[in-house]
Amino acid sequence: MTYKIIGKRVKRVEDPRLLTGAALFVDDVNLPHMLHAAFLRSDYAHARILSIDTSQAKEIPGVVGVYTAEDMGDAWEPGPPLVSPPPTLKDVIFNSRRQVPLVKDKVKHAGEIIAVVVAESRYIAEDAVEEIYVDYEPLPAVVDLEKCLDPGSTLVHDDLDSNLAAHLVQNKGDYQAAKNQADLVISRKFQLDRGAAVAMENRGLVVDWDQKNQHLMVWDATQSPIPIRNGMAARLGLRTHQVRVVAPFVGGGFGPKIMMFYAEEMVLPWLTMKLNRPVKWIEDRRENFYATTQERQQVQEVEMALSKEGRILGIKQKIIHDTGAFNPYGLTTPLNTQSHSMGGYDVKNYTSEVTVVFTNKTIVTPVRGAGRPQGIFVVERMLDIACKELGLDPLEVRRLNFIAPEDFPYDHEIIDQAFTSLVLDSGNYRPAFDKAVEMLGYEKFITEEQPRLREAGKHVGIGLVPFIETTGVGPYEGARVAIEPSGKISAATGVGTQGQSHMTSFAQIIAEQLGVEVEDVTLVTGDTAEIHWGTGTFASRGAVVAGNAVLAAAKDVRQKVLKLASSILKTPEGELELEGGMVRVADIPDQSISLGELALLANPFRGAVEPGTEPGLESTKYFGPAYGATAFGVHGMILEVDPETMMIKIKKYVTVEDCGTMLNPLVVEGQIHGGVSMGIGNAYYEKLHYDENGQLQNASLADYLIPGSTEMPDRIEVYHANTPAPNNELGVKGVGEAGTIPVPAAFSQALENALPEFNLEILETPLSPNRLFELLHQREEHP
Amino acid sequence: MENTFNISLTVNGVAYQKEVDPRRLLSDFLRHDLGLTGTHVGCEHGVCGACTILLDGAAVRSCLIFAPQVHGREITTVEGLGTIDDLHPLQEAFREAHALQCGFCTPGILTSLIPYLEENPHPSEQEIREAISGNLCRCTGYQHIIDAVKIAAENMGSS
Repeated sequence: MTYKIIGKRVKRVEDPRLLTGAALFVDDVNLPHMLHAAFLRSDYAHARILSIDTSQAKEIPGVVGVYTAEDMGDAWEPGPPLVSPPPTLKDVIFNSRRQVPLVKDKVKHAGEIIAVVVAESRYIAEDAVEEIYVDYEPLPAVVDLEKCLDPGSTLVHDDLDSNLAAHLVQNKGDYQAAKNQADLVISRKFQLDRGAAVAMENRGLVVDWDQKNQHLMVWDATQSPIPIRNGMAARLGLRTHQVRVVAPFVGGGFGPKIMMFYAEEMVLPWLTMKLNRPVKWIEDRRENFYATTQERQQVQEVEMALSKEGRILGIKQKIIHDTGAFNPYGLTTPLNTQSHSMGGYDVKNYTSEVTVVFTNKTIVTPVRGAGRPQGIFVVERMLDIACKELGLDPLEVRRLNFIAPEDFPYDHEIIDQAFTSLVLDSGNYRPAFDKAVEMLGYEKFITEEQPRLREAGKHVGIGLVPFIETTGVGPYEGARVAIEPSGKISAATGVGTQGQSHMTSFAQIIAEQLGVEVEDVTLVTGDTAEIHWGTGTFASRGAVVAGNAVLAAAKDVRQKVLKLASSILKTPEGELELEGGMVRVADIPDQSISLGELALLANPFRGAVEPGTEPGLESTKYFGPAYGATAFGVHGMILEVDPETMMIKIKKYVTVEDCGTMLNPLVVEGQIHGGVSMGIGNAYYEKLHYDENGQLQNASLADYLIPGSTEMPDRIEVYHANTPAPNNELGVKGVGEAGTIPVPAAFSQALENALPEFNLEILETPLSPNRLFELLHQREEHP
Repeated sequence: MENTFNISLTVNGVAYQKEVDPRRLLSDFLRHDLGLTGTHVGCEHGVCGACTILLDGAAVRSCLIFAPQVHGREITTVEGLGTIDDLHPLQEAFREAHALQCGFCTPGILTSLIPYLEENPHPSEQEIREAISGNLCRCTGYQHIIDAVKIAAENMGSS
């Protein structure tokens, strides 16, 4: 299908507002008589609360109230379970323990909220927080994933027998039989640690209960405004139409902004209804490090059985997954790890056991990548190790194992995060892989450049790994498209926007259908007053699920336009064309009518609307895929290590990305660049250091280092391959998380390759200059 | 508050006189007292650079200054660069190169670059990289920002 507007590098319509400071973010909302909230958060990771004294805090001038769990009375209840365990899997253990608005008796992670102060200014509210006195009985903290299930371990949740949060096993084929036939069986243990999402905008909420109108207005920096609206209404005993949630411009999401409900989202609506005044809370960066969800910590034991030619016969995996103090997000993240632990390879036998554990650490929910980087890391690392043991070329071994193009749709026979069978819808992996090999100059580097550079004393290495990304999962999204009497197009979708360019790329879809300019389309995202149904922006699904809903609605409006114009212009629909905001008779351009005039005629003030038709040129449509669209990509890099400082410089970075049809290549490239930067952070800079007391040691941007411009490669080259998704009309696959997923795997391969004299085997991520120094010294001492 | 300061200053060419608490952060003063919410606050400890403004032409972090300290000074915020209908060439270049995604860090990057480009109208890629190394962006990976600065330098140099 050839498009005129879809697939073009269209400049973004949202940019002028963002560039001039005119875009509305939550902290820009200022209402008359607005109060400000500040929270007292636990300094301890695990402690019993013996008493709370708020009396002095209440005395401070400007303080309106200080509240603890006790004050909430019947309004105190834990957050809803956001994602339940998969109903289709047998023998799943799932102990649901949900976060609470204010801690009642026992603190379960540092940063949990004990009390809230409401005051005339944030400054006063923070002063008052300092005057709240809590008597704690500190308890030993549960921190170590591998020890927390030991008999006699301290319990995070006293009402459970152990710290087991969940357990499930998934099987495909017969691993043991495969192992019996293998020429090589390797097993390794991997440590994958925690990182933070670090959206540049912290979370925030403004809530405003209008007593006379019985209406709650909420501005929330969330990825998921509609479920937030639904949940708030349910918690407060309101009808959904009494609550409007707006996620305005949101300064980055990356996953944690879809966690529902954060404690603050439970406390603030209660406060505004109690006090009859608007209340604002904006998270500060320190709170963000303690209270905003995190991800990636797992310990994995992996076994891989191979033939001597390097064919993967089977994979066996034991995952211990840290969910932190609560598990509101179900099993999404570890299910994603399983879905990606076979990569894009034809693996016939797989057995994987997931054990999820509670610890006294910040709650874990998906962060860009969402369990996928861990899966790709272990399968690619295992292949690298196998290649060394078998003396095989790592590129050839990957080519040998790829799922063949004729084998799609390929059923991996396990359940993925959408609770549907993990079916890879389409792909053509080998050409994309070869393209990346060529772009990186792999052969020339290995045969010519690397020997020459090594000769000159340089420690340079190359890494190249393929990966898949399951994207575009259900359940559904919706879109409303309407032609205004002005001839402009008004559209809305329920997904929120945190930088993904929806206002442009979805406008391209509509403009294509209705023959208008992209600038003529105003698309609203994240406002529950504009569309009633939806779920949110997550799982690289916006373009796939909301995008196809937008297409369906735009096509329906186009049909309505053609039908009405046909009767007015007395011309068969097939002879009409939509162009320049007009409907024209194809061969006689001056026989035409504008979309605005048609919109007026479609909504007559007198006369009768024909039976079976609807007023207006408007349509709301939904799209829900049976299963997702699986993207594919390859990342390759050449890096240099300074063996004195352990600092690295990425000299070359290439990516090949197959996300099917691209709505806007400029946007796709931006998503990949950003993903790679987070991936580089995950590989070498970003690790949340928790000590044995569950205390986060680096809770500031001065201590937790995200990549700056000088840590990035000079250029990230992006090549687009295109295998259109067969199960959605646009043919799109998601790309939002892709850039992040393979980076630690490719980085580790390149690092090992750069330091052959140490014979490194990297079985952990993230690394850091310090950690690399330790690893090299261990190798020197125990070669 | 018993001790307040009466400060006068110019912001984006407009003269203001205001009573402020001694501890009022300049970032809060600009955002909440003057309603200039284009200046964003990302960390409040001077690392991320989102709150960068121009103080007498120099790029500084407004979260690390108290409002009374800018008495008598001249400030430019992102609102003072260009308008929606008439973007500054640097803003236009950011749009051209898709140098922003969520746009939260963007005002601070623009304000950091204005004095930089005045001093270095023809920076190399590496120099641009160093010039923005004090501004964190989580969305773009910086590559399109560097492209945008190159476009802006070219356009501003020829205008």
